[in-house]
Amino acid sequence: MGRKILLVTTDQQRYDTLACNGGTLSRTPVVDGLAAGGLRFERAHPQSVVCMPSRSTILTGQHPSTHGVFMNGVPLPVDAPSVAEVLRDSGYRTALVGKAHFEPYFDPFLRFEENAMSINGTTPHGGSRRGFEHLETASHGAMGPLHYSQWLMANHPEALGMYCRAIDDSLQVSAAGGGDTGAPQVKVNPIDRGIYHTDWVADRTVAWLDSLDADEDWFCWMSFPDPHHPWDPPESEMGRIDWRDVPLPAGYPEDRTTREAIIDGKPRHWRAWYDGTLVSNYEAPADWIPATLTPDQVREVNARNAVEVELIDEALGRVLARVAERGWADDVDVVVTTDHGELQGDFGLLFKGPYHVDALMRIPLIWRPAPSTRAEGSTPTVVTRPVGLVDLAPTFCAIAGIHPPEWMQGKPLPVDDTDAESRGFDKVLTEWDSELFGISVHLRTMMRDRWVVTAYRPGTSHDGTEGELYDLVDDPLQQVNRWDDVSVRPLRDDLVADLRESQPEVRPERLFLEAPV
Amino acid sequence: MRHSIRLRCAPDAVWDVVGTPGRLPEWWLGVESCEVDGDTRTIMTRAGLPMPERLLTVDPDLRRFQYRITSPLFVEHLSTIDVHDLGDDTCLTVYSVDAEPAVLALVIGGAARAALAHLPELLGVEPVH
Repeated sequence: MGRKILLVTTDQQRYDTLACNGGTLSRTPVVDGLAAGGLRFERAHPQSVVCMPSRSTILTGQHPSTHGVFMNGVPLPVDAPSVAEVLRDSGYRTALVGKAHFEPYFDPFLRFEENAMSINGTTPHGGSRRGFEHLETASHGAMGPLHYSQWLMANHPEALGMYCRAIDDSLQVSAAGGGDTGAPQVKVNPIDRGIYHTDWVADRTVAWLDSLDADEDWFCWMSFPDPHHPWDPPESEMGRIDWRDVPLPAGYPEDRTTREAIIDGKPRHWRAWYDGTLVSNYEAPADWIPATLTPDQVREVNARNAVEVELIDEALGRVLARVAERGWADDVDVVVTTDHGELQGDFGLLFKGPYHVDALMRIPLIWRPAPSTRAEGSTPTVVTRPVGLVDLAPTFCAIAGIHPPEWMQGKPLPVDDTDAESRGFDKVLTEWDSELFGISVHLRTMMRDRWVVTAYRPGTSHDGTEGELYDLVDDPLQQVNRWDDVSVRPLRDDLVADLRESQPEVRPERLFLEAPV
Repeated sequence: MRHSIRLRCAPDAVWDVVGTPGRLPEWWLGVESCEVDGDTRTIMTRAGLPMPERLLTVDPDLRRFQYRITSPLFVEHLSTIDVHDLGDDTCLTVYSVDAEPAVLALVIGGAARAALAHLPELLGVEPVH
C-alpha cells in the first residue's frame, strides 16, 4: 500500500485569503492545520491566470504554450498527457469531483464528453477520461448539464433559480448588481447550505472514497468551484462576516486620483479596461465599468468571498475526517491550491484578465505530506522560492514513487528552500494569450529573485515594446511600474533576456477557440 | 468565424452530404435529429435544445448552402457552406458563420469545425494538409 493523494483545488482564490498566509477575513483552521503539518509555499504562481489553461497545466504538468490551451474556450485535446493517467497506469484509483473545465461550458450540442457524461453517469465512456475513472462535475451554480446541476434539478428544483444568473441575455458575463451594494456578480442566495455546490463536492468526494477498498491507493482531485464569482454563498452563512466591517484591501487606494495614477503607469489596456473602453477577455462582464466600483462594493465582494472560503475549509474538514475514519490519515498527501487569483478590488478592479500582478498570480499552495513519511517532531516548513502549478504533476508522480515522464515540464516540489536552491527553483513563468472578437493581448511574465517582469508581445493594444517591472520587496503592491526606469535598465534587460530564453516549447499545431468559456 | 477542410475527393461527394438538409445529423456531431419542411429545418441538439432554422440557399451548381438559425437565442445569424472544386482531385469545404450575440458564432463555429473534421471518416476519404 502506497501513499494516497488528495488534490484540493479552489477556483480563483487569492493567496491572502488564507489565515496561514496572513489573511484576516476568513477563518481557515483546516488548511492552516495542514500547513502546520507540512509545507506552505509563499511564491506559488499559476502558468495562466484563467481557468482552462491553468487547469490543463495542473493535469498535464506542461505550460500553456506546450499543452496548447492558450485561453478559455480552447478545449484540451482528449489525448493530451495526464498525470491522472500516469497514476492510474500505476494502479491508482482516480477521480475528479467538482469543477473540471478542460472543455468549454458553452456546448449546446454536448460535443464535449465532460458535459455530456452527466446524462450517462459518472464512469466515462471507455472506463476513464483523461485518466479519471470517476468524473462527477460541478460549476458555479445550477447552469449547464453538469452532474451538480442535474442533481439539483432532480432533487431540489426550487433551488435552481436561487443562484446568481451569471450570464445575461446577450450571453455575456452579467454586469447586473446585487446584494446590499449593487456589486456585480453578487446575489443574495437563499439556498440551503447543505445543497450548495461546496458541500455537494465534499459529499460526492466522500461517497467516492467510501466506494474504495481500504487497501487501495487513490488519487482524488476535489475541485471546489468557489470562491470564483458569482459571489452568492448561502445567505444563512453571511452572518459570519458583516461586510461593513471589512477593511479595504491594501491594494485598493480609495482616493480615485491616486488609483488612476497607479493604473496610468501600466500598459494602456489597464486604464482602458478601468474606463470601460476595452474588455479584452470574456471573463469580466463586458458591460461593467470598473471605474464605477465603490469601496462598499469591494467590501461586500470580499465579505462574500471570505464566507465562501470558510465553507470550503469546513467542507475539506469533513472530507479529512472521513479519510481518518477510513484509516488513511497517515498515508494521505494533501495538496491545497487554486487555479489562479482574483483582483478583489486591487487597483479598483475585480475579476481577472491580462494583468500579471500578485492578485492573480500569487496563489495559495499547501502540501501536507503523508504523516507516515514525516520525521517525528517535524516543524512546519515555509518555502519562499518560486514554484508553479506546473510542478504539481511531477510532485504527484514522486509521491507515488514514479519517475516523472519526460513530457512533464515541472519538477517535484521542493521540501524546503535549501532543496529548492539546489534543484534550481529560481524562477516561475506565467503567460497570457487571448484573441477574442478582434482584440488580442499577449503577455509573458517571469518572477525571479525579488522581481516580476512582464514583456508584451504585439497585439491590438500593444506594439510589443511595453512591459511591466515590479520590485516585490520595495513595492509589494506592484503600484510602481519600473519598466521605463533607466536606473534599473540593465536589470530589466537581464530579466527580459532570461524570460525569453526560458520560454517553454510551443505546441506545433495551434488549437482552436471553440467557445467563449 | 470561418473553418475549412480540404479533402481528396470529388466536390459532389461532399456536397451530397453537406448540401442535403436532412443529412445534417450524419456529419454534425451533437445533432440528434432534424426535420425538414420546405425551407424550414428544425434540429434537435444532443442537449435537448430545439433549434429552428430557415434555409436560404441550396444551390447545387454553386455548391452553396446557407441558413439562418431563428431560435430566440440569436438576434442574428447566417451560416454559409461552400464546396469548391480545386481542380486537382481535391475540394475545399468552407464553413463561415456570423452571429449576434457574437459568442454564439464561436459556439457554432467550433461545432462546425468538429463537423468538418468528421467528413473524412464519414466519406472514407483523406484530408489534405
